[in-house]
Amino acid sequence: MSDGASQNPGPDLRSGGEPAGVVEFHERQEAVGRDVRTEEMVFNMGPQHPATHGVLRVAVKTDGEYVRALQPHVGNIHRCAEKIGESVAFYQWIPYLDRMDYLSAMCNEHIGCMAIERLGGIEVPERAEYIRVIVAEIQRVLSHLMAIGVYGLDLGAFTPFLHQFRERERGMDLLDHLAGGRLLYHYVRIGGVKRDFSQDWLDELEAFLAAVERRLPEYNTLLLNNRIFQERTFHVGVIDHPTAAAWGVTGPALRAAGVDWDLRRDVPYSIYDRFEFEVPHGYSGIGGEAGDCFHRHWVRVREVEASIKIIRQALAQMPEGPVMGRVPKGFKPPEGQVFVRGENPRGELAVYMVSAGKQDKAWRARCRGPSFSNIACITEVAEGMLIADLVALIGSLDIVLGEVDR
Amino acid sequence: MQIWLDQLRADVDWIGALPAGFVYTIGILVVVNIILVYASLLAGETVWLERRISGRMQARIGPNRVGPQGLLQFLADGVKLLAKEDIIPATADKPIFLAAPIIVFVGAFAAFAVVPFGDGLVAADMDLGLFVILSLTSIEVVGIIMAGWASNSKWAVLGAMREVAQMISYELPLGISALTIVILAGTMNLTDIAQQQQGAIWNWYVFRGPFAFVAFFVFFTAALAALKRAPFDLPESESELVAGFHTEYTGFRFAVFFLAEYSAMILFSILTSVLFLGGWSPGFPVDLDEGAMRWVGALVLFLKTIFLLGVMIWIRWSLPRFRIDRVMYLCYKVLLPVSIVCAVGMAVQVLVAFTGLDPDSALGAWLGGK
Repeated sequence: MSDGASQNPGPDLRSGGEPAGVVEFHERQEAVGRDVRTEEMVFNMGPQHPATHGVLRVAVKTDGEYVRALQPHVGNIHRCAEKIGESVAFYQWIPYLDRMDYLSAMCNEHIGCMAIERLGGIEVPERAEYIRVIVAEIQRVLSHLMAIGVYGLDLGAFTPFLHQFRERERGMDLLDHLAGGRLLYHYVRIGGVKRDFSQDWLDELEAFLAAVERRLPEYNTLLLNNRIFQERTFHVGVIDHPTAAAWGVTGPALRAAGVDWDLRRDVPYSIYDRFEFEVPHGYSGIGGEAGDCFHRHWVRVREVEASIKIIRQALAQMPEGPVMGRVPKGFKPPEGQVFVRGENPRGELAVYMVSAGKQDKAWRARCRGPSFSNIACITEVAEGMLIADLVALIGSLDIVLGEVDR
Repeated sequence: MQIWLDQLRADVDWIGALPAGFVYTIGILVVVNIILVYASLLAGETVWLERRISGRMQARIGPNRVGPQGLLQFLADGVKLLAKEDIIPATADKPIFLAAPIIVFVGAFAAFAVVPFGDGLVAADMDLGLFVILSLTSIEVVGIIMAGWASNSKWAVLGAMREVAQMISYELPLGISALTIVILAGTMNLTDIAQQQQGAIWNWYVFRGPFAFVAFFVFFTAALAALKRAPFDLPESESELVAGFHTEYTGFRFAVFFLAEYSAMILFSILTSVLFLGGWSPGFPVDLDEGAMRWVGALVLFLKTIFLLGVMIWIRWSLPRFRIDRVMYLCYKVLLPVSIVCAVGMAVQVLVAFTGLDPDSALGAWLGGK
């Protein structure tokens, strides 16, 4: 990416600074002549808007249907999740991590617990590691199902949205039976997990995986292979490799740009190095161009398949044993700091923690959420596109505002 | 309708004694009310049909509580909408804001005056029936633009803008593909057009040669765009423009838009059936006396209408939405040339049938539209 883009945080609509696209537009307008008077209009897309996936507010400067400049305003549901991490005990922070990215609670817990364990030098039993991977991958399947369906909704196809709920509901019941909650679990604990699988649960899991595998081609018929869907997403909202790198875009959006990068494989954490799985990444051979909305959707569909593969392997390899390691009472890690990152369904979630020692809470807790970085890049990518494409772009980034604002 | 009233005056003594103008006035009022109620009921039930079919398609049930199988759900919804607060935005252009739903309603319902519901079951059997329908449905667009502009809401303006762009692109293929049938039929009178398609199924206009066959699909696609149905629901695309041109409308004013949309669906379904799918012809010769045939024909046309409504609903819940530039591309660069080819080809076909063939022979009549 050129240096200009990495230094320029995007147009600031409040100060009146005009980005390049707008200046260009004014020049063109003068060339057209003064007999047709057109005006630019500033929209407030959100915080109450069906396509912003929560309470994102995007100030959009438009010329008719064309977006000339835009600025996302975040912070509407800021809940001080990180600051709370510095005022509650380590184990009490885990539920707050759930609530950051509420569609991938298990993955958040997994990474959060890994950070705390590394801080305190706690060993996690083998079986617990496998269970963590399995529930995290179930969560990834659920999260991607939601993303696939909601993307259909953003593009005006309502049916896939409700179809994915049918399968997602089974998965949520599954985690409900395991952890006692449908969306927010607090299942992964410091030192292990809350409880072991039962045989009934494993049968349920197998049925769920089979159902998802059976239904995925159906969703693809409705969306991925649909001509209108392809016309709406090919070459739309292209986030290429340099742009993605400059804005810190991670996860499916980065892989869609053609970057073969997945923390689970390339910087293995937990026990991900023991599994064989494919890391899908975009290339122009599947239609459109690498980094467009179509590729982001396609990567998610393929990742669901990869996750199912990981779950199957983990189930086959899983050893017997305890699911909870030894955690000292009144857990007070020694002085030190950790930086742990992992691959969430939306990208890289990193947890940075500093322990001052002799305290049962962190001196500093900080998260790096994928949604926040991913949404930032729309200031650059969305310039000059149609409003309908802006909706397609925001939808394809699959942001969760709970994590953007934290 | 005048025939029916004249017959009534001849048959019933005391009606015959009344002044002719009085009988006609009362007759018109009665028929207008019958059609209004019938069309509104049908529109209400179409909403139910849509919700039930979409429910089935989406692995859920849909409304099934109010009345048998939820058939009266639209009444409950109507009452709910009536009871809602009627909000007029403070910055709205009030007279235009209030007039817009009325114009939309008039545009959608007035066309029913010339629509045949069966053989002879038509309020005004006009020689320019098709023309009147196409003109009246265009009035609806004016109401939508007024609604979008008067709301003084940015989303509504965008919705109205899209409607304008969409209208000028779909009107051409819609009119020209209808013209294909007019060339074949030699008339714009809908009753006559339907009468010419009686008998066997290959007498239906859609099967009379490749040009009519293609024109059918062009007409139906353009009709979907005219109805603002998905995949052409850009003026109100709920995930982009919140609700488009009726974002600021609440309560019964919103219900009027809703009702107009569904009655226009019925209108275009009947129109498509009459123009292309044989009208009230069941597709095979039926040996019944005229009175019984009239009602059987009405039922046949009704079933065809329901079928086409089902197809529209099916399409809506299967496909994602087009983008505005793709709609215009489709209409101008695909549908318009195809429809022109259809119209010109149909003219040649009819010419060949009239000059090269004996118009009274089976093939000549089939190609020439007799």
